[in-house]
Amino acid sequence: MKFQLIGVNHRTAPVEVRERLAIPESQLPEALRHLAGHPGVDEGIILSTCNRVEVLAQTKNGTVDLRAFLRDYFQLNPSDYEPHLYEYSESDAVRHLFRVTSSLDSMVVGEPQILGQVKEAYASARAVGAVHSHLDLLLTRAFAVAKRVRTETAVGSSAVSVASVAVELAKKIFGSLQGKHVYLVGAGKMSELAARHLIAHGAESIFVANRTYDRAEQMAARFGGKAILFEQLYETCDRADIVITSTGAPHAIFRREHGELFLARRKNRPMFFIDIAVPRDVDPEMNRLDGIFVYDIDDLQQAVSSHVADRRKEAERAEAIITVEVERFQVRLQTLDVVPTIVSLQDHLETIRQAEIDRVRGRLGALSPEQELAVDALTRGIISKIMHTPISTLKTAVREAEATTVVDVVRRLFDLHDTSPQEKELQGRRKEDKKAAKLGGGESGAET
Amino acid sequence: MPILWLRVALACYAVGLLYALLALTRTSSLLNRVALPAMSLGMVFQFVSLSEAVLLSGQLTLSSVHNSESLLALVVMAAFMVVYLVYRTTSPGIVVFPLVFVLTFVAATTQQPFLEVSPVMRRGWLFAHIAMIFIGYAALFLSFAASLLYLLQERSLKSKKPAAILQRLPALEVIDQIGYRSLLLGFPFMTLGLVAGSIVAQATYGRLDFLDPKIFLSLLMWAVYMVIVFTRWNAGWRGRRAAYLATGAMIAAVIAWSANYYSTIHRFVQS
Repeated sequence: MKFQLIGVNHRTAPVEVRERLAIPESQLPEALRHLAGHPGVDEGIILSTCNRVEVLAQTKNGTVDLRAFLRDYFQLNPSDYEPHLYEYSESDAVRHLFRVTSSLDSMVVGEPQILGQVKEAYASARAVGAVHSHLDLLLTRAFAVAKRVRTETAVGSSAVSVASVAVELAKKIFGSLQGKHVYLVGAGKMSELAARHLIAHGAESIFVANRTYDRAEQMAARFGGKAILFEQLYETCDRADIVITSTGAPHAIFRREHGELFLARRKNRPMFFIDIAVPRDVDPEMNRLDGIFVYDIDDLQQAVSSHVADRRKEAERAEAIITVEVERFQVRLQTLDVVPTIVSLQDHLETIRQAEIDRVRGRLGALSPEQELAVDALTRGIISKIMHTPISTLKTAVREAEATTVVDVVRRLFDLHDTSPQEKELQGRRKEDKKAAKLGGGESGAET
Repeated sequence: MPILWLRVALACYAVGLLYALLALTRTSSLLNRVALPAMSLGMVFQFVSLSEAVLLSGQLTLSSVHNSESLLALVVMAAFMVVYLVYRTTSPGIVVFPLVFVLTFVAATTQQPFLEVSPVMRRGWLFAHIAMIFIGYAALFLSFAASLLYLLQERSLKSKKPAAILQRLPALEVIDQIGYRSLLLGFPFMTLGLVAGSIVAQATYGRLDFLDPKIFLSLLMWAVYMVIVFTRWNAGWRGRRAAYLATGAMIAAVIAWSANYYSTIHRFVQS
């Protein structure tokens, strides 16, 4: 059994590459089926968000060519995206998954959305049956680790998403947001989110200006705000303390002269421009004006990361937790490997014991209940004394590299073949048959 | 005895000085917790020291230049405390604490004998003059401190790399409000204080010599003060331009204060 992971994220690949590899939710089940059907893949899960596309697979034996899966599935020119790929296997893959789920690998470290996204990916994979045993275990563990990181460190505790950083900056400028006016220029999803945050923190009224007036009206209605004709933007904008711009305009909408105009009308009361449009809507020159503060999307993200840098210690603690958890998971996996062996070994010996008791029972004649118990205890005692060392050796061997060899040797010594429950059942029946043959004269022998 | 209490107060103020000096380089949670109680304790000792001086000299109007420096320090501290009670911020201390320390230090190291107030001085007017001018000075100084903090905060916001040390500064608008309110509150005191002063001077000398350095500089300071209030009220000047003006007013105030040593009519030593 082996974990393998392949993918791109915001650090390794530019958005042009990520968006071509992104798999929309509607196509995810099909992609998962494709993955599960890929040769050598036992289980698989696909995580596709705006910052990453990752494929995690559990292989039956040996390695699987996940690059081949990507080539097969996407039918893109491999040279376009392959330089951006990273690959992990085994404990590195486990570590990577834990880091992603705990939001340590996110663009905004500590942002809470990623956990939900991984959970959705997990749900989809389960729904199509792509995840059933080992990956299930791994994902469940990853969620537990994420929870542990969140409760034991401060990584996800304070303002981390861009919207909440915008709120925090607004508070640094205005103190309380009570009675402050927010002006949305362009009615995008992101600006809506930021506006929602600002209102949640006390900002008063909302103005919305959009090139299509209908959308402005819709958005304004949602906030109980006021829609404004785009043509009246410059006449009305000085009423706002906080301006959030997110239009698709190719050139800056707000230039220095507009800033000067606003300041004059506002008697120099400060203004905060949050520019989340790319290309930018606000000329960076505006930031040079006293009393106007312009933060574009990169500035916000930088503020986010400097925020996180302040809490680098927390991130380090989180990484330490991850390391411990990865080790713990590896141990758990290997125990899983050895547990069936121990179980079948014990079953094997118990069958022998039962058979032997049954064999001598006839010669012993009728036994009193005490004698019955004594015989039982005696035979059990012998077996458990003999098997004590081998079993504990098996258990401790798990932690070491030679685990698989020890397990193999034990299996061969005792001739244990059973691995799956079905097989075990089969074998059990076979043994019973043998037993019956020995005792009763082989009338059922033909069945085996 | 007054000098002893004053030195104890000085020791307390030293904690505040340390707080102010370290505030810009790093944050110490111990100093943060200790600074305010230490400064309050310093105020108590300074108050005791000044009260004893009043009792010893038998006059309410302080008649040595060092005693008045000590009083000014106390008034500035009181103004700081008012701001603290309203806004719950110790940040103006970064600028206020060093000044309080310096004023108290000068007062605590050299002590002059008490002087008899000249009989012609009208005690009531003189007291009003001193009290109001000092409140005006304290307000002006606080406003100056606020404009420095405003610059710091503005720069940190514009640089887009908010430094950890500055995280605890109050919001820009709060700083602005502290500055503007102390300016507005201080202005009538300063004006009335100057009026009271000129009444005393006229009563004493019969006329006002506008070329006397003290009077000239005081009027200059008042004029700058008025310009700040006006531009702030009328054009909303703040930030860099307000800081320049506040610095100008502060320089004028310091020179006007030091003119105590040169002026022929406004001095503590009898001529």
